[in-house]
Amino acid sequence: MTLTKAQLVDLIQKETDLSRKKSLVLVESLLEIIKQTLANGEDVLISGFGKFCVKEKNERKGRNPATGDDMMLAPRKVVTFRCSPMLKKTIDS
Amino acid sequence: MNRSELIITIKDKANLSRKNAEKVVDTFFDAIKETLSTGERVEIRGFGSFAVKNYKPYIGRNPKTGVQINVPSKKLPFFKAGKELKEMVDRPF
Repeated sequence: MTLTKAQLVDLIQKETDLSRKKSLVLVESLLEIIKQTLANGEDVLISGFGKFCVKEKNERKGRNPATGDDMMLAPRKVVTFRCSPMLKKTIDS
Repeated sequence: MNRSELIITIKDKANLSRKNAEKVVDTFFDAIKETLSTGERVEIRGFGSFAVKNYKPYIGRNPKTGVQINVPSKKLPFFKAGKELKEMVDRPF
């Protein structure tokens, strides 16, 4: 089954013996910290897991596929994930 | 930001013991890793999703020497940023 936030909360509750409510707050805070760090343009590196990177995309020429009109796509920032060799090995085996 | 900085940040933010802060961060990423190793998806609303892609084996070629080599099948993890994360990173406030 797909792993979702609810199950992560359960696992953290079991592991820490804290209340379910507190565990939920903790998962939300963890996600918030990671998101805020990325929003500030800083990478998040979890050794043995992978690295969340912020990549700057240059402005580029695009085309509206519906009308065929040429248009300029503004420069933007995107999040990419690079998996660590250890994660790759775990998944591939 | 790396794993230990993440642990310290959540420890201070949520008023946790160092041990529990470590457990939260490690349980979180270990659960994702384990789920992916069974080939299942991870979906965290507002943050993003992880999925495993299967690659079939193919005959590759060393572009320099032209020597053929068999590339075995492999599984690789992929991360797709969620809507909220995408918007946060592209338009920081």
